[in-house]
Amino acid sequence: MTLLRVPRVAFSFARDYPLGAAGGALVLAFVVVALLAPQLAPYDPDAVSLRQSLAGPSPQHPLGQDNQGRDLLSRIIFGARMSLYISVSAIGMGALFGVGLGMAAAYYRRLDMPIMRLMDVVLAFPGIIVALTTIAILGQSIHNVVVAIGVYHIPQFARLTHGLTLSIQETVFVEGAVASGESDLAVLTRYILPNCLASIIVQTSLLIPGAIMTAATLSFLGLGVPPPTAEWGSMLQNSLQWAPLAPHVMIVPGLALMLVVFGFNVLGDGLRDAMDPRLKKR
Amino acid sequence: MARYIAKRFLISIPILLLVVTLVFFAFQLIPGDPARMYVGVDASQEAVERVRHDLGLDQPVLTQYVEYMSRLARGDLGKSIYTRRPVVQELGPRFWNTVQLSLAAIVFATLVGVTLGTLATVKQGTVWDHLLTVVSLFGISMPVFWMGLLLAYVFSVELHWLPSAGNDSWRHFLMPTFCLSAFSLAFITRMTRSALLEVMAQDYVRTALAKGVREAVVVGWHALRNALLPVVTVVGLRFGYMLGGAVVTEEVFAWPGLGRLLVTAVGQRDIPLVQGALLLFGASFVLVNLAVDLLYGVLDPRIRHR
Repeated sequence: MTLLRVPRVAFSFARDYPLGAAGGALVLAFVVVALLAPQLAPYDPDAVSLRQSLAGPSPQHPLGQDNQGRDLLSRIIFGARMSLYISVSAIGMGALFGVGLGMAAAYYRRLDMPIMRLMDVVLAFPGIIVALTTIAILGQSIHNVVVAIGVYHIPQFARLTHGLTLSIQETVFVEGAVASGESDLAVLTRYILPNCLASIIVQTSLLIPGAIMTAATLSFLGLGVPPPTAEWGSMLQNSLQWAPLAPHVMIVPGLALMLVVFGFNVLGDGLRDAMDPRLKKR
Repeated sequence: MARYIAKRFLISIPILLLVVTLVFFAFQLIPGDPARMYVGVDASQEAVERVRHDLGLDQPVLTQYVEYMSRLARGDLGKSIYTRRPVVQELGPRFWNTVQLSLAAIVFATLVGVTLGTLATVKQGTVWDHLLTVVSLFGISMPVFWMGLLLAYVFSVELHWLPSAGNDSWRHFLMPTFCLSAFSLAFITRMTRSALLEVMAQDYVRTALAKGVREAVVVGWHALRNALLPVVTVVGLRFGYMLGGAVVTEEVFAWPGLGRLLVTAVGQRDIPLVQGALLLFGASFVLVNLAVDLLYGVLDPRIRHR
Protein backbone atom coordinates (compact mmCIF):
# COMPACT_ATOMS: atom_id res chain seq x y z
CA MET A 1 0.00 0.00 0.00
CA THR A 2 1.50 3.29 -1.06
CA LEU A 3 1.29 6.20 1.32
CA LEU A 4 -1.07 8.05 -1.03
CA ARG A 5 -3.74 5.41 -0.59
CA VAL A 6 -3.88 5.77 3.18
CA PRO A 7 -6.55 8.53 3.20
CA ARG A 8 -8.75 6.58 0.79
CA VAL A 9 -8.47 3.35 2.74
CA ALA A 10 -9.11 5.20 5.99
CA PHE A 11 -12.15 6.88 4.46
CA SER A 12 -13.73 3.67 3.21
CA PHE A 13 -13.03 2.02 6.58
CA ALA A 14 -14.76 4.94 8.32
CA ARG A 15 -17.75 4.61 6.00
CA ASP A 16 -18.19 0.86 6.49
CA TYR A 17 -17.19 0.65 10.16
CA PRO A 18 -18.08 3.96 11.83
CA LEU A 19 -17.63 2.53 15.34
CA GLY A 20 -14.20 1.16 14.49
CA ALA A 21 -13.24 4.50 12.97
CA ALA A 22 -14.36 6.31 16.13
CA GLY A 23 -12.10 3.95 18.05
CA GLY A 24 -9.29 4.73 15.64
CA ALA A 25 -9.78 8.45 16.28
CA LEU A 26 -9.59 7.87 20.05
CA VAL A 27 -6.42 5.82 19.67
CA LEU A 28 -4.86 8.44 17.41
CA ALA A 29 -5.74 11.20 19.87
CA PHE A 30 -4.21 9.15 22.69
CA VAL A 31 -0.95 8.59 20.81
CA VAL A 32 -0.66 12.24 19.76
CA VAL A 33 -1.36 13.48 23.30
CA ALA A 34 1.18 11.02 24.72
CA LEU A 35 3.91 11.96 22.28
CA LEU A 36 3.36 15.72 22.58
CA ALA A 37 2.69 15.73 26.35
CA PRO A 38 5.32 18.37 27.25
CA GLN A 39 4.01 20.69 24.51
CA LEU A 40 0.30 20.14 25.21
CA ALA A 41 0.14 20.16 29.01
CA PRO A 42 -0.82 23.63 30.29
CA TYR A 43 0.99 23.13 33.62
CA ASP A 44 3.79 21.13 35.19
CA PRO A 45 2.00 17.85 36.18
CA ASP A 46 3.81 17.78 39.52
CA ALA A 47 3.40 21.48 40.44
CA VAL A 48 1.72 21.56 43.87
CA SER A 49 -0.67 24.34 44.82
CA LEU A 50 -2.13 23.45 48.20
CA ARG A 51 -4.44 26.49 48.39
CA GLN A 52 -6.38 25.09 45.42
CA SER A 53 -6.66 21.59 46.85
CA LEU A 54 -9.51 19.60 45.26
CA ALA A 55 -10.78 22.62 43.30
CA GLY A 56 -13.39 21.67 40.71
CA PRO A 57 -13.17 22.43 37.00
CA SER A 58 -12.53 26.09 36.18
CA PRO A 59 -11.48 28.10 33.11
CA GLN A 60 -7.83 27.89 34.23
CA HIS A 61 -8.03 24.19 35.12
CA PRO A 62 -10.65 22.62 32.82
CA LEU A 63 -10.57 19.24 34.58
CA GLY A 64 -10.06 20.57 38.10
CA GLN A 65 -7.25 19.93 40.57
CA ASP A 66 -6.34 17.07 42.88
CA ASN A 67 -5.79 17.02 46.64
CA GLN A 68 -2.42 18.75 46.28
CA GLY A 69 -3.80 21.28 43.82
CA ARG A 70 -2.01 19.67 40.86
CA ASP A 71 -3.65 20.33 37.49
CA LEU A 72 -5.60 17.22 36.51
CA LEU A 73 -5.54 17.92 32.77
CA SER A 74 -1.75 18.06 32.79
CA ARG A 75 -1.55 14.91 34.87
CA ILE A 76 -3.92 13.11 32.50
CA ILE A 77 -1.77 14.19 29.55
CA PHE A 78 1.45 12.97 31.16
CA GLY A 79 -0.38 9.86 32.37
CA ALA A 80 -1.13 9.09 28.70
CA ARG A 81 2.58 9.31 27.99
CA MET A 82 3.34 6.90 30.82
CA SER A 83 0.63 4.46 29.65
CA LEU A 84 1.88 4.50 26.08
CA TYR A 85 5.49 4.05 27.18
CA ILE A 86 4.71 1.13 29.50
CA SER A 87 2.31 -0.67 27.18
CA VAL A 88 4.45 -0.38 24.05
CA SER A 89 7.67 -1.42 25.81
CA ALA A 90 5.96 -4.28 27.62
CA ILE A 91 4.35 -5.61 24.45
CA GLY A 92 7.65 -5.09 22.62
CA MET A 93 9.44 -7.15 25.24
CA GLY A 94 6.76 -9.85 25.07
CA ALA A 95 6.99 -9.91 21.28
CA LEU A 96 10.78 -10.05 21.22
CA PHE A 97 11.11 -13.01 23.59
CA GLY A 98 7.83 -14.65 22.63
CA VAL A 99 8.56 -14.66 18.90
CA GLY A 100 12.04 -16.02 19.49
CA LEU A 101 10.85 -18.78 21.81
CA GLY A 102 7.89 -19.67 19.62
CA MET A 103 10.03 -20.00 16.50
CA ALA A 104 12.69 -21.99 18.32
CA ALA A 105 10.09 -24.35 19.78
CA ALA A 106 8.56 -25.00 16.38
CA TYR A 107 11.82 -25.27 14.46
CA TYR A 108 13.79 -27.41 16.89
CA ARG A 109 11.55 -30.36 17.76
CA ARG A 110 13.43 -31.15 20.97
CA LEU A 111 12.71 -27.69 22.39
CA ASP A 112 9.02 -27.86 21.55
CA MET A 113 7.77 -29.69 24.63
CA PRO A 114 9.73 -27.85 27.33
CA ILE A 115 9.17 -24.36 25.91
CA MET A 116 5.51 -24.66 25.05
CA ARG A 117 4.52 -26.43 28.29
CA LEU A 118 6.27 -23.68 30.25
CA MET A 119 4.28 -21.12 28.26
CA ASP A 120 1.05 -23.00 29.06
CA VAL A 121 1.80 -22.83 32.75
CA VAL A 122 2.36 -19.07 32.65
CA LEU A 123 -0.90 -18.68 30.72
CA ALA A 124 -2.74 -20.64 33.40
CA PHE A 125 -2.47 -17.60 35.65
CA PRO A 126 -4.42 -14.38 35.09
CA GLY A 127 -2.23 -11.54 33.79
CA ILE A 128 -2.51 -9.52 36.96
CA ILE A 129 -1.28 -12.45 39.08
CA VAL A 130 1.79 -12.94 36.87
CA ALA A 131 2.47 -9.21 37.05
CA LEU A 132 2.09 -9.15 40.85
CA THR A 133 4.45 -12.12 41.15
CA THR A 134 7.05 -10.38 39.03
CA ILE A 135 6.79 -7.27 41.19
CA ALA A 136 7.10 -9.46 44.30
CA ILE A 137 10.33 -10.88 42.90
CA LEU A 138 11.90 -7.77 41.39
CA GLY A 139 10.53 -4.97 43.58
CA GLN A 140 8.51 -1.91 42.65
CA SER A 141 9.57 0.53 39.91
CA ILE A 142 8.45 1.82 36.51
CA HIS A 143 11.00 -0.45 34.89
CA ASN A 144 9.72 -3.51 36.68
CA VAL A 145 6.13 -2.69 35.69
CA VAL A 146 7.29 -3.01 32.07
CA VAL A 147 8.99 -6.33 32.83
CA ALA A 148 5.99 -7.56 34.85
CA ILE A 149 3.56 -6.95 31.99
CA GLY A 150 6.08 -8.06 29.37
CA VAL A 151 6.57 -11.45 31.03
CA TYR A 152 2.88 -12.24 30.75
CA HIS A 153 2.87 -11.44 27.03
CA ILE A 154 5.76 -13.74 26.15
CA PRO A 155 3.57 -16.88 26.03
CA GLN A 156 0.91 -15.12 23.98
CA PHE A 157 3.42 -14.29 21.26
CA ALA A 158 5.14 -17.65 21.61
CA ARG A 159 1.89 -19.52 20.97
CA LEU A 160 1.04 -17.46 17.93
CA THR A 161 4.51 -17.69 16.39
CA HIS A 162 4.78 -21.38 17.24
CA GLY A 163 1.64 -22.15 15.27
CA LEU A 164 2.63 -19.95 12.36
CA THR A 165 6.14 -21.37 12.16
CA LEU A 166 4.86 -24.94 12.22
CA SER A 167 2.77 -24.31 9.12
CA ILE A 168 5.24 -22.06 7.28
CA GLN A 169 8.19 -24.42 7.67
CA GLU A 170 6.24 -27.07 5.75
CA THR A 171 6.08 -24.86 2.67
CA VAL A 172 8.22 -25.56 -0.39
CA PHE A 173 10.24 -22.35 -0.31
CA VAL A 174 11.44 -23.07 3.23
CA GLU A 175 12.37 -26.60 2.26
CA GLY A 176 14.21 -25.11 -0.68
CA ALA A 177 16.11 -22.73 1.57
CA VAL A 178 17.12 -25.59 3.87
CA ALA A 179 18.16 -27.72 0.90
CA SER A 180 20.28 -24.95 -0.55
CA GLY A 181 22.28 -24.91 2.66
CA GLU A 182 21.03 -21.77 4.38
CA SER A 183 21.91 -21.66 8.08
CA ASP A 184 19.16 -22.17 10.66
CA LEU A 185 19.35 -18.52 11.67
CA ALA A 186 18.94 -17.39 8.08
CA VAL A 187 15.99 -19.71 7.50
CA LEU A 188 14.30 -18.46 10.66
CA THR A 189 14.88 -14.75 10.17
CA ARG A 190 14.81 -14.39 6.38
CA TYR A 191 12.26 -16.99 5.33
CA ILE A 192 9.96 -17.71 8.27
CA LEU A 193 9.88 -14.49 10.29
CA PRO A 194 8.78 -12.18 7.42
CA ASN A 195 5.79 -14.44 6.84
CA CYS A 196 4.77 -14.28 10.50
CA LEU A 197 5.10 -10.54 10.70
CA ALA A 198 1.58 -9.51 9.64
CA SER A 199 -0.06 -11.69 12.30
CA ILE A 200 2.44 -10.55 14.93
CA ILE A 201 1.65 -6.91 14.23
CA VAL A 202 -2.10 -7.54 14.46
CA GLN A 203 -1.56 -9.39 17.74
CA THR A 204 0.50 -6.47 19.05
CA SER A 205 -2.30 -4.00 18.48
CA LEU A 206 -4.85 -6.33 20.07
CA LEU A 207 -2.78 -6.74 23.24
CA ILE A 208 -2.01 -3.07 23.87
CA PRO A 209 -5.32 -2.17 25.61
CA GLY A 210 -4.89 -5.08 28.01
CA ALA A 211 -1.36 -3.94 28.80
CA ILE A 212 -2.56 -0.40 29.47
CA MET A 213 -5.25 -1.75 31.78
CA THR A 214 -2.88 -4.05 33.66
CA ALA A 215 -0.37 -1.23 34.18
CA ALA A 216 -3.11 1.00 35.60
CA THR A 217 -4.36 -1.87 37.77
CA LEU A 218 -0.89 -2.48 39.22
CA SER A 219 -0.55 1.20 40.06
CA PHE A 220 -4.04 1.26 41.52
CA LEU A 221 -3.05 -1.62 43.81
CA GLY A 222 -0.10 0.52 44.92
CA LEU A 223 2.42 -1.85 43.33
CA GLY A 224 3.00 -0.22 39.97
CA VAL A 225 4.32 3.19 39.01
CA PRO A 226 5.32 4.78 42.32
CA PRO A 227 3.82 8.20 43.22
CA PRO A 228 4.13 11.11 42.60
CA THR A 229 4.64 10.24 38.90
CA ALA A 230 1.45 11.01 36.98
CA GLU A 231 -0.17 7.70 36.04
CA TRP A 232 -3.88 7.02 35.63
CA GLY A 233 -3.99 4.03 37.99
CA SER A 234 -2.08 5.74 40.76
CA MET A 235 -4.23 8.86 40.30
CA LEU A 236 -7.26 6.64 40.94
CA GLN A 237 -5.57 5.08 43.96
CA ASN A 238 -4.92 8.58 45.28
CA SER A 239 -8.53 9.59 44.60
CA LEU A 240 -9.85 6.86 46.93
CA GLN A 241 -9.86 9.01 50.03
CA TRP A 242 -10.86 12.27 48.31
CA ALA A 243 -13.66 11.07 46.04
CA PRO A 244 -16.44 11.63 48.61
CA LEU A 245 -15.40 15.33 48.81
CA ALA A 246 -14.50 15.90 45.17
CA PRO A 247 -15.76 13.18 42.78
CA HIS A 248 -13.96 14.72 39.79
CA VAL A 249 -10.58 13.41 41.01
CA MET A 250 -12.00 9.91 40.59
CA ILE A 251 -14.06 10.40 37.44
CA VAL A 252 -11.41 12.07 35.26
CA PRO A 253 -8.61 9.46 35.28
CA GLY A 254 -11.05 6.54 35.05
CA LEU A 255 -12.78 8.12 32.07
CA ALA A 256 -9.46 8.66 30.30
CA LEU A 257 -8.47 5.04 30.88
CA MET A 258 -11.83 3.71 29.74
CA LEU A 259 -11.96 5.82 26.59
CA VAL A 260 -8.53 4.69 25.48
CA VAL A 261 -9.19 1.00 26.14
CA PHE A 262 -12.61 1.32 24.49
CA GLY A 263 -10.98 2.99 21.49
CA PHE A 264 -8.46 0.17 21.06
CA ASN A 265 -11.16 -2.49 21.48
CA VAL A 266 -13.61 -1.12 18.91
CA LEU A 267 -10.78 -0.34 16.49
CA GLY A 268 -9.57 -3.92 16.83
CA ASP A 269 -13.12 -5.23 16.31
CA GLY A 270 -13.58 -3.06 13.24
CA LEU A 271 -10.25 -4.06 11.71
CA ARG A 272 -10.94 -7.73 12.34
CA ASP A 273 -14.35 -7.48 10.66
CA ALA A 274 -12.90 -5.51 7.76
CA MET A 275 -10.13 -8.04 7.18
CA ASP A 276 -12.23 -11.17 7.58
CA PRO A 277 -14.42 -11.46 4.47
CA ARG A 278 -16.48 -14.25 6.06
CA LEU A 279 -17.86 -11.86 8.66
CA LYS A 280 -18.61 -9.08 6.18
CA LYS A 281 -22.03 -10.20 5.03
CA ARG A 282 -23.58 -10.38 8.50
CA MET B 1 -16.85 -42.22 30.53
CA ALA B 2 -14.75 -43.57 33.41
CA ARG B 3 -11.77 -43.90 31.08
CA TYR B 4 -12.26 -40.36 29.85
CA ILE B 5 -12.34 -39.02 33.42
CA ALA B 6 -9.24 -40.97 34.39
CA LYS B 7 -7.36 -39.75 31.32
CA ARG B 8 -8.21 -36.08 31.90
CA PHE B 9 -7.28 -36.45 35.54
CA LEU B 10 -3.89 -37.94 34.75
CA ILE B 11 -3.11 -35.16 32.28
CA SER B 12 -3.59 -32.48 34.93
CA ILE B 13 -1.01 -34.00 37.31
CA PRO B 14 2.14 -33.08 35.31
CA ILE B 15 0.69 -29.59 34.77
CA LEU B 16 0.31 -29.16 38.51
CA LEU B 17 3.90 -30.35 39.02
CA LEU B 18 5.08 -27.81 36.44
CA VAL B 19 3.19 -25.02 38.23
CA VAL B 20 4.85 -25.92 41.53
CA THR B 21 8.28 -26.14 39.92
CA LEU B 22 7.88 -22.83 38.13
CA VAL B 23 6.75 -21.10 41.31
CA PHE B 24 9.74 -22.51 43.18
CA PHE B 25 12.36 -21.50 40.63
CA ALA B 26 10.83 -18.12 39.84
CA PHE B 27 11.48 -17.09 43.41
CA GLN B 28 15.13 -18.12 43.15
CA LEU B 29 15.49 -15.01 40.97
CA ILE B 30 14.89 -12.60 43.85
CA PRO B 31 17.75 -10.17 44.13
CA GLY B 32 19.11 -9.85 47.67
CA ASP B 33 19.33 -12.28 50.56
CA PRO B 34 16.09 -14.05 51.52
CA ALA B 35 17.43 -14.90 54.97
CA ARG B 36 18.14 -11.22 55.57
CA MET B 37 14.61 -10.38 54.42
CA TYR B 38 13.23 -12.94 56.83
CA VAL B 39 14.89 -11.56 59.94
CA GLY B 40 14.83 -7.88 59.01
CA VAL B 41 17.47 -5.26 58.32
CA ASP B 42 18.56 -4.70 61.94
CA ALA B 43 19.24 -8.32 62.86
CA SER B 44 22.76 -9.49 63.61
CA GLN B 45 24.82 -11.53 61.16
CA GLU B 46 24.54 -14.61 63.45
CA ALA B 47 20.75 -14.40 63.37
CA VAL B 48 20.85 -14.24 59.57
CA GLU B 49 23.13 -17.28 59.43
CA ARG B 50 20.93 -19.22 61.83
CA VAL B 51 17.80 -18.49 59.76
CA ARG B 52 19.71 -19.38 56.60
CA HIS B 53 20.52 -22.75 58.13
CA ASP B 54 17.02 -23.29 59.58
CA LEU B 55 15.35 -22.57 56.25
CA GLY B 56 17.85 -24.74 54.41
CA LEU B 57 19.01 -21.79 52.33
CA ASP B 58 22.66 -22.86 52.76
CA GLN B 59 21.90 -26.02 50.76
CA PRO B 60 22.27 -26.33 46.96
CA VAL B 61 19.21 -25.22 45.00
CA LEU B 62 18.31 -28.74 43.90
CA THR B 63 18.38 -30.01 47.49
CA GLN B 64 16.14 -27.10 48.44
CA TYR B 65 13.80 -28.01 45.60
CA VAL B 66 13.50 -31.63 46.71
CA GLU B 67 12.95 -30.49 50.28
CA TYR B 68 10.32 -27.98 49.10
CA MET B 69 8.45 -30.63 47.15
CA SER B 70 8.45 -33.12 50.01
CA ARG B 71 7.16 -30.46 52.42
CA LEU B 72 4.43 -29.59 49.91
CA ALA B 73 3.44 -33.23 49.67
CA ARG B 74 2.87 -33.14 53.42
CA GLY B 75 0.74 -30.00 53.04
CA ASP B 76 3.36 -27.74 54.58
CA LEU B 77 3.67 -24.41 52.77
CA GLY B 78 6.01 -22.79 55.27
CA LYS B 79 5.38 -19.81 57.51
CA SER B 80 4.42 -16.25 56.68
CA ILE B 81 7.37 -13.91 57.22
CA TYR B 82 5.09 -11.19 58.49
CA THR B 83 2.65 -12.96 60.82
CA ARG B 84 4.86 -16.03 61.48
CA ARG B 85 1.75 -18.20 61.18
CA PRO B 86 1.65 -21.26 58.87
CA VAL B 87 0.78 -20.19 55.32
CA VAL B 88 -1.92 -22.87 55.10
CA GLN B 89 -3.79 -21.29 58.01
CA GLU B 90 -3.52 -17.84 56.42
CA LEU B 91 -4.78 -19.02 53.05
CA GLY B 92 -7.69 -21.27 54.01
CA PRO B 93 -10.37 -18.81 55.18
CA ARG B 94 -9.29 -16.20 52.61
CA PHE B 95 -9.64 -18.70 49.79
CA TRP B 96 -13.14 -19.65 50.88
CA ASN B 97 -14.20 -15.97 50.77
CA THR B 98 -12.85 -15.66 47.24
CA VAL B 99 -14.59 -18.84 46.13
CA GLN B 100 -17.92 -17.54 47.47
CA LEU B 101 -17.57 -14.24 45.65
CA SER B 102 -16.43 -15.87 42.41
CA LEU B 103 -19.28 -18.38 42.49
CA ALA B 104 -21.84 -15.61 42.96
CA ALA B 105 -20.25 -13.64 40.13
CA ILE B 106 -20.02 -16.50 37.64
CA VAL B 107 -23.61 -17.59 38.27
CA PHE B 108 -24.81 -14.02 37.78
CA ALA B 109 -22.67 -13.51 34.66
CA THR B 110 -23.83 -16.79 33.10
CA LEU B 111 -27.55 -16.37 33.74
CA VAL B 112 -27.70 -12.74 32.64
CA GLY B 113 -25.14 -13.15 29.85
CA VAL B 114 -26.87 -16.11 28.20
CA THR B 115 -30.24 -14.36 28.49
CA LEU B 116 -28.98 -11.11 26.97
CA GLY B 117 -27.05 -12.94 24.26
CA THR B 118 -30.19 -14.87 23.31
CA LEU B 119 -32.25 -11.68 23.25
CA ALA B 120 -29.66 -10.02 21.04
CA THR B 121 -29.91 -12.93 18.60
CA VAL B 122 -33.69 -12.83 18.46
CA LYS B 123 -33.63 -9.06 17.95
CA GLN B 124 -30.68 -9.26 15.56
CA GLY B 125 -30.16 -6.08 13.57
CA THR B 126 -32.54 -3.98 15.65
CA VAL B 127 -31.69 -1.04 17.89
CA TRP B 128 -31.64 -3.39 20.88
CA ASP B 129 -29.00 -5.58 19.32
CA HIS B 130 -26.73 -2.62 18.54
CA LEU B 131 -27.33 -1.14 21.97
CA LEU B 132 -26.32 -4.42 23.61
CA THR B 133 -23.20 -4.63 21.44
CA VAL B 134 -22.09 -1.15 22.46
CA VAL B 135 -22.90 -1.69 26.15
CA SER B 136 -20.99 -4.97 26.20
CA LEU B 137 -18.02 -3.30 24.51
CA PHE B 138 -18.09 -0.74 27.31
CA GLY B 139 -18.34 -3.55 29.82
CA ILE B 140 -15.17 -5.07 28.40
CA SER B 141 -13.36 -1.72 28.29
CA MET B 142 -14.30 -0.47 31.74
CA PRO B 143 -11.54 -0.78 34.32
CA VAL B 144 -12.93 -2.98 37.09
CA PHE B 145 -11.55 -0.82 39.86
CA TRP B 146 -13.05 2.31 38.35
CA MET B 147 -16.44 0.70 38.06
CA GLY B 148 -16.12 -0.36 41.69
CA LEU B 149 -15.20 3.14 42.78
CA LEU B 150 -18.13 4.66 40.89
CA LEU B 151 -20.57 2.09 42.31
CA ALA B 152 -19.29 2.65 45.82
CA TYR B 153 -19.52 6.40 45.36
CA VAL B 154 -23.13 6.28 44.15
CA PHE B 155 -24.58 3.54 46.34
CA SER B 156 -22.55 3.98 49.52
CA VAL B 157 -21.42 7.59 49.73
CA GLU B 158 -24.34 9.36 48.07
CA LEU B 159 -27.34 7.08 48.57
CA HIS B 160 -26.25 5.11 51.68
CA TRP B 161 -27.98 2.03 50.26
CA LEU B 162 -25.18 -0.50 50.32
CA PRO B 163 -22.12 -1.11 52.47
CA SER B 164 -18.87 -0.36 50.65
CA ALA B 165 -16.58 -2.72 52.57
CA GLY B 166 -16.55 -6.17 54.18
CA ASN B 167 -18.44 -9.42 53.63
CA ASP B 168 -20.86 -9.73 56.54
CA SER B 169 -24.27 -9.99 54.87
CA TRP B 170 -25.90 -10.62 51.49
CA ARG B 171 -26.00 -6.86 50.93
CA HIS B 172 -22.20 -6.86 51.01
CA PHE B 173 -22.28 -9.25 48.06
CA LEU B 174 -24.20 -7.08 45.61
CA MET B 175 -21.60 -4.57 44.41
CA PRO B 176 -18.54 -6.86 44.43
CA THR B 177 -20.50 -9.56 42.60
CA PHE B 178 -21.60 -7.14 39.92
CA CYS B 179 -18.09 -5.70 39.56
CA LEU B 180 -16.37 -9.05 39.36
CA SER B 181 -18.91 -10.37 36.88
CA ALA B 182 -19.02 -7.31 34.57
CA PHE B 183 -16.25 -8.38 32.21
CA SER B 184 -17.41 -12.00 32.04
CA LEU B 185 -21.01 -10.88 31.64
CA ALA B 186 -20.11 -8.81 28.58
CA PHE B 187 -17.92 -11.61 27.26
CA ILE B 188 -20.56 -14.32 27.72
CA THR B 189 -23.21 -12.11 26.10
CA ARG B 190 -21.08 -11.66 22.99
CA MET B 191 -20.09 -15.31 22.96
CA THR B 192 -23.69 -16.54 23.27
CA ARG B 193 -24.78 -14.20 20.48
CA SER B 194 -22.14 -15.31 18.00
CA ALA B 195 -22.54 -19.02 18.87
CA LEU B 196 -26.31 -18.79 18.51
CA LEU B 197 -26.07 -16.95 15.20
CA GLU B 198 -23.89 -19.75 13.90
CA VAL B 199 -26.32 -22.45 15.00
CA MET B 200 -29.29 -20.50 13.65
CA ALA B 201 -27.79 -20.77 10.17
CA GLN B 202 -27.99 -24.57 10.24
CA ASP B 203 -30.44 -26.72 8.33
CA TYR B 204 -32.24 -28.25 11.28
CA VAL B 205 -33.13 -24.79 12.59
CA ARG B 206 -34.51 -23.80 9.19
CA THR B 207 -36.52 -27.02 9.16
CA ALA B 208 -37.96 -26.30 12.59
CA LEU B 209 -38.89 -22.78 11.55
CA ALA B 210 -40.35 -24.00 8.26
CA LYS B 211 -42.63 -26.51 9.91
CA GLY B 212 -44.05 -23.70 11.98
CA VAL B 213 -42.41 -23.98 15.39
CA ARG B 214 -42.49 -20.58 17.06
CA GLU B 215 -39.23 -18.65 16.80
CA ALA B 216 -38.88 -18.24 20.55
CA VAL B 217 -39.06 -22.02 20.97
CA VAL B 218 -36.58 -22.67 18.17
CA VAL B 219 -34.05 -20.21 19.58
CA GLY B 220 -34.53 -20.98 23.26
CA TRP B 221 -34.83 -24.75 22.92
CA HIS B 222 -33.50 -26.18 19.67
CA ALA B 223 -30.66 -23.78 18.99
CA LEU B 224 -29.53 -22.71 22.45
CA ARG B 225 -28.68 -26.26 23.51
CA ASN B 226 -26.15 -26.59 20.73
CA ALA B 227 -24.83 -23.09 21.13
CA LEU B 228 -24.03 -23.63 24.79
CA LEU B 229 -20.93 -25.78 24.26
CA PRO B 230 -18.55 -22.91 23.44
CA VAL B 231 -20.27 -20.88 26.16
CA VAL B 232 -19.42 -23.57 28.72
CA THR B 233 -15.73 -23.24 27.83
CA VAL B 234 -15.86 -19.50 28.31
CA VAL B 235 -17.73 -19.82 31.59
CA GLY B 236 -15.18 -22.31 32.89
CA LEU B 237 -12.19 -20.26 31.78
CA ARG B 238 -13.69 -17.08 33.19
CA PHE B 239 -14.37 -18.78 36.52
CA GLY B 240 -10.77 -19.93 36.72
CA TYR B 241 -9.58 -16.43 35.97
CA MET B 242 -12.07 -14.91 38.40
CA LEU B 243 -10.56 -16.78 41.31
CA GLY B 244 -7.32 -14.96 40.55
CA GLY B 245 -8.71 -11.84 38.94
CA ALA B 246 -10.78 -11.04 41.99
CA VAL B 247 -7.67 -9.22 43.28
CA VAL B 248 -8.94 -5.84 42.12
CA THR B 249 -12.56 -6.21 43.19
CA GLU B 250 -11.46 -7.45 46.59
CA GLU B 251 -9.15 -4.50 47.00
CA VAL B 252 -11.86 -1.96 46.12
CA PHE B 253 -14.49 -3.42 48.43
CA ALA B 254 -12.12 -4.53 51.19
CA TRP B 255 -13.25 -8.13 50.64
CA PRO B 256 -11.09 -10.37 52.83
CA GLY B 257 -10.22 -12.79 50.03
CA LEU B 258 -7.14 -14.45 48.61
CA GLY B 259 -6.44 -11.67 46.10
CA ARG B 260 -6.31 -9.02 48.77
CA LEU B 261 -4.02 -11.23 50.81
CA LEU B 262 -1.74 -11.58 47.78
CA VAL B 263 -1.54 -7.81 47.23
CA THR B 264 -0.65 -7.26 50.89
CA ALA B 265 1.89 -10.09 50.77
CA VAL B 266 3.53 -8.65 47.63
CA GLY B 267 3.66 -5.22 49.27
CA GLN B 268 5.40 -6.72 52.31
CA ARG B 269 7.43 -9.07 50.12
CA ASP B 270 6.20 -11.95 52.25
CA ILE B 271 7.55 -14.58 49.86
CA PRO B 272 6.21 -17.82 51.45
CA LEU B 273 2.73 -16.31 51.53
CA VAL B 274 2.99 -15.14 47.89
CA GLN B 275 4.16 -18.60 46.85
CA GLY B 276 1.33 -20.28 48.73
CA ALA B 277 -1.30 -18.00 47.17
CA LEU B 278 0.16 -18.63 43.71
CA LEU B 279 0.05 -22.39 44.18
CA LEU B 280 -3.56 -22.16 45.28
CA PHE B 281 -4.46 -20.04 42.22
CA GLY B 282 -2.62 -22.43 39.93
CA ALA B 283 -4.17 -25.52 41.44
CA SER B 284 -7.68 -24.12 41.30
CA PHE B 285 -7.21 -23.07 37.68
CA VAL B 286 -6.07 -26.56 36.73
CA LEU B 287 -8.99 -28.11 38.63
CA VAL B 288 -11.54 -25.79 37.04
CA ASN B 289 -10.17 -26.69 33.61
CA LEU B 290 -10.46 -30.34 34.49
CA ALA B 291 -14.07 -29.79 35.53
CA VAL B 292 -14.82 -28.01 32.24
CA ASP B 293 -13.30 -30.88 30.27
CA LEU B 294 -15.44 -33.36 32.17
CA LEU B 295 -18.55 -31.25 31.62
CA TYR B 296 -17.70 -31.28 27.93
CA GLY B 297 -17.76 -35.04 27.95
CA VAL B 298 -21.20 -34.95 29.55
CA LEU B 299 -22.60 -32.36 27.12
CA ASP B 300 -21.11 -33.74 23.94
CA PRO B 301 -20.85 -37.54 23.76
CA ARG B 302 -18.60 -37.31 20.68
CA ILE B 303 -15.76 -35.88 22.78
CA ARG B 304 -15.50 -38.67 25.35
CA HIS B 305 -15.24 -41.33 22.66
CA ARG B 306 -12.27 -39.77 20.94
